[in-house]
Amino acid sequence: MKEKLAQIKAEALRQIEASDALEKLNEVKVNYLGKKGELTAVLKSMKDVAPEDRPKVGQLVNETREEIERVLEESVKKMEKAVREAKMKKEVIDVTLPAKKNNVGHRHPNTIALEEVERIFIGMGYEVVEGPEVEKDYYNFEALNIPADHPAKDEQDTFYITGDILLRTQTSSTQVHEMEKGRLPIRMIAPGRVFRSDEVDATHSPSFHQIEGLVIDRNITFADLKGTLAEFAKELFGEDTKVKFRPHHFPFTEPSAEMDVTCFKCGGKGCRFCKGEGWIEILGCGMVHPHVLEMSNIDPEQYTGFAFGVGLERIALLKYEIDDMRLLYENDIRFLKQF
Amino acid sequence: MKGAFQNGGNMNTALSWVKAYVPDLACTDQEYMDAMTLSGTKVEGYSRLDKNLEKIVVGQIEKIEKHPDADKLIVCQVNIGSEVIQIVTGAPNVKEGDKVPVVLDGGKVAGGHDGGPLPEDGIVIKAGKLRGVHSNGMMCSIEELGSDRNMYPEAPEMGIYVFADDVEIGSDAVTALGLRDTVFEYEVTSNRVDCYSVIGIAREAAATFRKPFYPPAVQVKENNERVEDYISVEVQDKELCPRYCARVCTNIKIGPSPKWMQRRLAASGIRPINNLVDITNYVMEEYGQPMHAFDLDTIAGHKIIVRRAKDGDVFRTLDGQDRNLDSDVLMICDAEKEVGIAGIMGGENSMITDEVRTVLFEAATFNGANIRKSAKRIGLRTDASGKFEKGLDPYNAEAAINRACQLIEELGCGEVVSGIVDVHGEMKEKVVLPFEPEQYNKLLGTNVSKEEMLDIFKMIEVDYDPVSNKLTMPTFRQDLLRQCDIAEEVARFYGYDKIPMTLPTGEATTGKMPFKLRIEQKARDIAEFCGFSQGMCYSFESPKVFDKLLFSADDPVRNAIQISNPLGEDFSIMRTVSLNGMMTSLATNYNRRNKDVRLYELGNIYIPKALPLTELPDERMQFTLGMYGDGDFFTMKGVIEEFFDSIGMRKKLTYDPDAGKNFLHPGRQANIIYEGVTLGYLGEVHPEVCENYDMKTKAYVAVLDMPKVVPFATFDRKYEGIAKYPAVSRDISMVVPKHILAGQIEAVIAQRGGKILEDYQLFDIYEGDQIEEGFKSVAYSITFRAKDRTLEEADVTSAMKKILNGLEGMGIELRK
Repeated sequence: MKEKLAQIKAEALRQIEASDALEKLNEVKVNYLGKKGELTAVLKSMKDVAPEDRPKVGQLVNETREEIERVLEESVKKMEKAVREAKMKKEVIDVTLPAKKNNVGHRHPNTIALEEVERIFIGMGYEVVEGPEVEKDYYNFEALNIPADHPAKDEQDTFYITGDILLRTQTSSTQVHEMEKGRLPIRMIAPGRVFRSDEVDATHSPSFHQIEGLVIDRNITFADLKGTLAEFAKELFGEDTKVKFRPHHFPFTEPSAEMDVTCFKCGGKGCRFCKGEGWIEILGCGMVHPHVLEMSNIDPEQYTGFAFGVGLERIALLKYEIDDMRLLYENDIRFLKQF
Repeated sequence: MKGAFQNGGNMNTALSWVKAYVPDLACTDQEYMDAMTLSGTKVEGYSRLDKNLEKIVVGQIEKIEKHPDADKLIVCQVNIGSEVIQIVTGAPNVKEGDKVPVVLDGGKVAGGHDGGPLPEDGIVIKAGKLRGVHSNGMMCSIEELGSDRNMYPEAPEMGIYVFADDVEIGSDAVTALGLRDTVFEYEVTSNRVDCYSVIGIAREAAATFRKPFYPPAVQVKENNERVEDYISVEVQDKELCPRYCARVCTNIKIGPSPKWMQRRLAASGIRPINNLVDITNYVMEEYGQPMHAFDLDTIAGHKIIVRRAKDGDVFRTLDGQDRNLDSDVLMICDAEKEVGIAGIMGGENSMITDEVRTVLFEAATFNGANIRKSAKRIGLRTDASGKFEKGLDPYNAEAAINRACQLIEELGCGEVVSGIVDVHGEMKEKVVLPFEPEQYNKLLGTNVSKEEMLDIFKMIEVDYDPVSNKLTMPTFRQDLLRQCDIAEEVARFYGYDKIPMTLPTGEATTGKMPFKLRIEQKARDIAEFCGFSQGMCYSFESPKVFDKLLFSADDPVRNAIQISNPLGEDFSIMRTVSLNGMMTSLATNYNRRNKDVRLYELGNIYIPKALPLTELPDERMQFTLGMYGDGDFFTMKGVIEEFFDSIGMRKKLTYDPDAGKNFLHPGRQANIIYEGVTLGYLGEVHPEVCENYDMKTKAYVAVLDMPKVVPFATFDRKYEGIAKYPAVSRDISMVVPKHILAGQIEAVIAQRGGKILEDYQLFDIYEGDQIEEGFKSVAYSITFRAKDRTLEEADVTSAMKKILNGLEGMGIELRK
């Protein structure tokens, strides 16, 4: 009996070894382990074994069965793996073939720049507000300390509709609307379209965009203005960006300044991009003029504030190295697709 | 283009002129530029006048011989102090004894003798042979030295520059020419009228570098005649002319002005003419006060009257042009006639000539706004009007006229008649403010000491009276009116860079984006997901676009706002439809052969409430989509529906084909209707419109009027539970009369399907073979589901029966 089992096992293992396909392994399984298989036959012949030997023989049969099953299973796994691998070998593709794209559209570079700026200031607790593009002279000029005969009015080359209604030349007009609401403190930015009568060329457009910023609260200082805009510049142009404030003049702020940032091409060493200066002018700003506060019924003894104005196109042109402003309004898809 | 205000103007001045008043100034050009810019006098740039001028000395020609082999060349022996060298030249103008600039072997000059553009690195001069004769250097023309005859009028037209006899042989020729200097270009802001002068700049430089400032000491040596015997002045309009100063100089001898004066003027970009003209120009630069010189012998009655012109007057200015005047133009007149337009330009009739004997100087102050407007109306903007229009300090007029007379006398140009005729009303009082150091520090966020502030005030001539603790502003600083102005002075000279950087404290605020803008953001997102790229168009356009877009003559969109001073007809009206911008953009792409273009725009149209405008117009944000190439009407429709879905507008949209848009294909257009409100339209662009935009392709557009969309939008969402019970689908295939729209069939399905109706989808539409003329085959898949149970056959059959009954009522038959 023992020999017979050993023989069955050896033969089964040999057949497993010789199998070259899953079907053959299955045959071996049926032939040896199946209901009509050889091991089953041995078990059936147990009645011929002496009762005292039966447990021992039974154990021997089971051991043989387990061994065959184990080897069989291993072989099946191996075989399956080989089959899968062979299949995948045939499925090799040329990964350099073109992608199937969804042809998603692209945002205008102005909007990309604007959303950046909005993200930064919303994070600092500013509210985004809008004001009218066709505006009253009062909001665009007078309430910003630019009375009727002020030279700045000529310099701005304003488009007029009537004597009193014009196309706003600056988003600063939105400041006045916000201040008039009488809700303090104010932290706002006002992006929008502005108009000046400049002929179209590579650096001028009669219509462009600005983002006005305004903060009014108790104890707002020029140092706060510097700190806020320095944070803004770092967020927009990178952590290493440094800022420089130069005195300047705007009728609606005093003291006033222009802010330069270190050239983001050369980091301030000086290059062609920044005309060798290492700095790039980015915005105008200042402490809100007390007369401007007074005109909007805010007490300058109690409240101070700062304001700033950024040219959106200027940021977009600089950030994306666009060399001709006209590209922004032509809407050539080959241009837009680059953003 | 600038972010904010562009104002002020530019001024060029040689550093040597500034140093004349701030002699202790010692810094490099770059340091000067940086420091001045940081204290508020912005330096745009600078150029060295001695750029590329190396090894150039004064030499004297001792002997001239003919070149043995060349008729046009001469051989010169030139004494350069240390030795005599031989130089061959072709210049025709030199003679023995002339002192000339000589560039030595290995030296450099700035340009060629033809005066063309200067090479960046100059031209190196080497010893060599000219036609076999040694030449050990080069004698230079003024052009080779980087300048020209405008600036050096004494230089010969062709040939070598010849010095006056007083220069020292062997000395630096560049110094002798006054070219060891740097010209700085300043950008002066419009509030700093005082800085449109060399004295103003010098005062700022002195304060910036904390060096002493020595303005010119003016003392006029007068003769024993009295000015009143020569001239009287009557100012009829004191509002337009707050001050008029007149002085007289006699025995005028016209000749060249001294070299130093010529050099300074030349560096400022002013061509030297003669002593009299140069002195008036010099004082204008130095003091920022324009002056006018009349030939007194042409002044009738020896009387000056300042009055307004009469409407319709014509006056010939000294440039020979006739100018049309009106009663808002201020004129300088004599007893009989007009002799000059105040503050703008003198008249031809009183012009100074070389024969002038007696000169009447005028230094006046005029109303800046009036000068600005007059200059604009007359169409004549001069250096003088540019200064007057900023509103000059009346106190400065007297100082300047005295300075001019001093120079006349000192430079031997003439004699100064004793006294001044000075007509003015009440002079503006000086501004006095209490000294409040804490307030300045509070505004700036600084800790500047009181002493440092007082130091600063001293330098900028703001007087401090410790007894009253008050500050008095100098009259030339018309911009110092309030405490914040003083704070800026402190900040400027303390240093903007030294002010700390802090963040605002105080009540916290929440960053917010208004709902309208959030919806616009969604519109951008969806448009881009659907392949549309964002364009931007102008707000103004031509009134011709209405014809181009086939709007009827009486269409209300033609009531557009007109710009009164447009850049031209093409930019003359505020748009009332957004289509022209989109069509123009599509056409641009089409003409450039870009394929499959999809664009969108978010921009306002401007609808007037009444014309002419009495109140602000309605600015309506338009979401405009346009495309050509791949895609059709239904692609566009898909974008609209995706957008509405994304902003919570989940109810069924209806499309009304009777949109009535002339610019769209009559059979391919629809109004977009949501809950009974028309939100916009879409369609295929009318082929004639495409033709008007030179597009030979089909184009599609959609326009949503955002103010109508936004009230329906919401970001609220409610989870409805995913169905647990199975759905049952039924497909129906119908023969439908052609005029019946899918929308009508769907209305029946939706209405009659009952509560268990879940969805219906069109899956086939067909016309042609096997379908009778006038009919189409339409197939829908209809899905039913109940939320609380598995549907039974009877439920579905009953619902289907209702639907089919309804359809049959419309003349629709089921296909067998």
